[in-house]
Amino acid sequence: MSILISPATKILIQGITGEFGARHTRLSLDYGTQVVAGVTPGKGGQFFEHGTHRVPIFNSVADAAKATGATVSAIFVPPPFAADAILECSDAGLDLAVAITEGIPIRDMVRVKRAMAGSKTRLVGPNCPGMVAPGPGKDSHGGCRIGIAPGYINKQGHVGVVSRSGTLTYEAVFQLTTKGIGQSTTVGIGGDPVNGTSHLDVIKLFAADPDTHGIILIGEIGGNAEVEAARWIKANCQKPVAGFIAGATAPAGRRMGHAGAIVGGTEDTAAAKIAVFKECGIEVAVTPSDMADALLRSAKARGVKLS
Amino acid sequence: MNIHEYQAKALFEKYGVPVPKGAPAKTPEDFINALAELPDGPTMVKSQIHAGGRGKGTFTDGFKGGVKFCKTKQEAKEMAGKMLGNTLVTLQTGPAGRKVQTVYFTVASDIKKEYYLAILLDRATSRPVIVASTEGGVEIEKVAHQTPEKIHKVFVDPAYGLADFQVRDLIFKLGFAGAEAKNAAKLIRNLYACFWETDAAMVEVNPLITTPTGEVLALDAKVSFDDNALFRHPEIVSLRDLNEEDPKEIEASKYGLNYIALDGNIACLVNGAGLAMSTMDIIKHFGGTPANFLDVGGGASREQVVAAFKIILGDKNVKGILVNIFGGIMDCNVIAQGIVDAAKEVGLKLPLVVRLEGNNAVAGKATLAASGLALVNGDTMADSAQKIVKLVA
Repeated sequence: MSILISPATKILIQGITGEFGARHTRLSLDYGTQVVAGVTPGKGGQFFEHGTHRVPIFNSVADAAKATGATVSAIFVPPPFAADAILECSDAGLDLAVAITEGIPIRDMVRVKRAMAGSKTRLVGPNCPGMVAPGPGKDSHGGCRIGIAPGYINKQGHVGVVSRSGTLTYEAVFQLTTKGIGQSTTVGIGGDPVNGTSHLDVIKLFAADPDTHGIILIGEIGGNAEVEAARWIKANCQKPVAGFIAGATAPAGRRMGHAGAIVGGTEDTAAAKIAVFKECGIEVAVTPSDMADALLRSAKARGVKLS
Repeated sequence: MNIHEYQAKALFEKYGVPVPKGAPAKTPEDFINALAELPDGPTMVKSQIHAGGRGKGTFTDGFKGGVKFCKTKQEAKEMAGKMLGNTLVTLQTGPAGRKVQTVYFTVASDIKKEYYLAILLDRATSRPVIVASTEGGVEIEKVAHQTPEKIHKVFVDPAYGLADFQVRDLIFKLGFAGAEAKNAAKLIRNLYACFWETDAAMVEVNPLITTPTGEVLALDAKVSFDDNALFRHPEIVSLRDLNEEDPKEIEASKYGLNYIALDGNIACLVNGAGLAMSTMDIIKHFGGTPANFLDVGGGASREQVVAAFKIILGDKNVKGILVNIFGGIMDCNVIAQGIVDAAKEVGLKLPLVVRLEGNNAVAGKATLAASGLALVNGDTMADSAQKIVKLVA
């Protein structure tokens, strides 16, 4: 059905009483997601109320997980405190921590990543839109929405989408849904130079998931994560894969919005990454409008049914 | 955030990284006081702008060289007079160049040998990496390309920090011995502390030099900082030089907009960094040239859209505007109202193509249609890009 999460996944929200966290908690509850707990230190014992929902708030992630059985956290904590919030998930032994927060210092993430080596907790993000496992209802209601993505544009189905960029993910999902093609899971891994789960990690999960029949891989300039994923696909993945790289027109040395989107050499340009995609049998979307069509071309060539 | 060489060297000194003695001057009156701090004899004069390639640069009045070796302090004073207030064009400044608002006098060191030393983040390992080479004073990219075996890298475990054995290993690889080895080891350890403690994105010393008397000095210094960490370094924020930044980019940051000026004539206004980058790409794909990168963020307000339009129109090269909004959570009708208000407020006369998709897009399109503005509705990104390219052609 999906990777990492499913509509049955119980999630908790760190920073549930902040404006940003509260807004997206309400949207997730409306979408039918199992939001079972909130964490705001000092507000333990209170409740987050929305319509008929009454979500208990705890002082710590460990308390929340123990009392409610939540296995996944969505982190909406402000940047100065976000690294600490991620480590708290690891300490509590959660399966997954999804860090939405934008603007965490790189040094904090370098330390967090080192501290989480060997941890059973997987980190997605930071600076990401989160994940969606669409549900069976109208506008994919009843799914698991972790983070800030518009869940209603999804449709339950068999395409996996992985991207560093939020709005480009939505663009891809919208194109798929408009063509009647559903998604198994969409994963936003985030736009920061130091993040948890990589493109390759997600691609491996999609490749192994019997319910995911095709994959859209969306990348951008900077770093070599897309190249690493593409090489693995060439050697190990038979499923149709479409790829898009943003930033062909970006000037070298300038940070394009995302902290990680900066061309540092000749290997991390859009042109270099697109060349590797082609060499690895990934169908390249010529423009961002072409992402769903590119996947359809690849699926047709391999005789795979996407819906 | 970037800082000037003279500021970087002051920071180095604070961390025990030796540099040639120097003094900055911001006015001709300062020259005498600054030079009085230096001993008599050969002196360097260095234009302080953020761009690289200063030595090979040319001033707009034809004077050549933004970095000069002078035999005497008197000559240094004259050279500084030609640089200060003058505009320096280098490979990295673009044709407009940068006005030199500070000159930096330093002792001209005797150079025995030049090296390269930098510390930055290695994305593949998520660890700091020290990059060093015996080939200093040249473009390190060329060294990496032509003689990769001359580039040495040390990856630092953030849990332990820079280990002594790693420093020793690097010292041997670079061929240092005796007093030089001792001084270089100390400099590398102190430079790493400077990088780590200040949340630097990169520190680069090119060249690092040895002198005939066994000293090891940072002859140049380039330092940039992680913008995300500036909140905990007010002392570094105070070093920011707004003269070095595009006024439109400064204005944009006041409204929480992420704007980068480019050379083209089609302005774009987009929500989300990835979508903003690919909007530029698709304009280029259909034969146009983007005038800017502009990300209004996930929850753009009416005020932000108005500010964005004003900033875009401040660029005289702009001949048309493409608005590309995928309203996931944000209400497209709110954005539409913002566009209408902005267009009326600034008296927009340029061609405008608007693509609205997502949450409440139908109402948003109706608002645009009812506004009486001469705008064109875009359907997909491809359709919208083709329309604006045609309109400005």
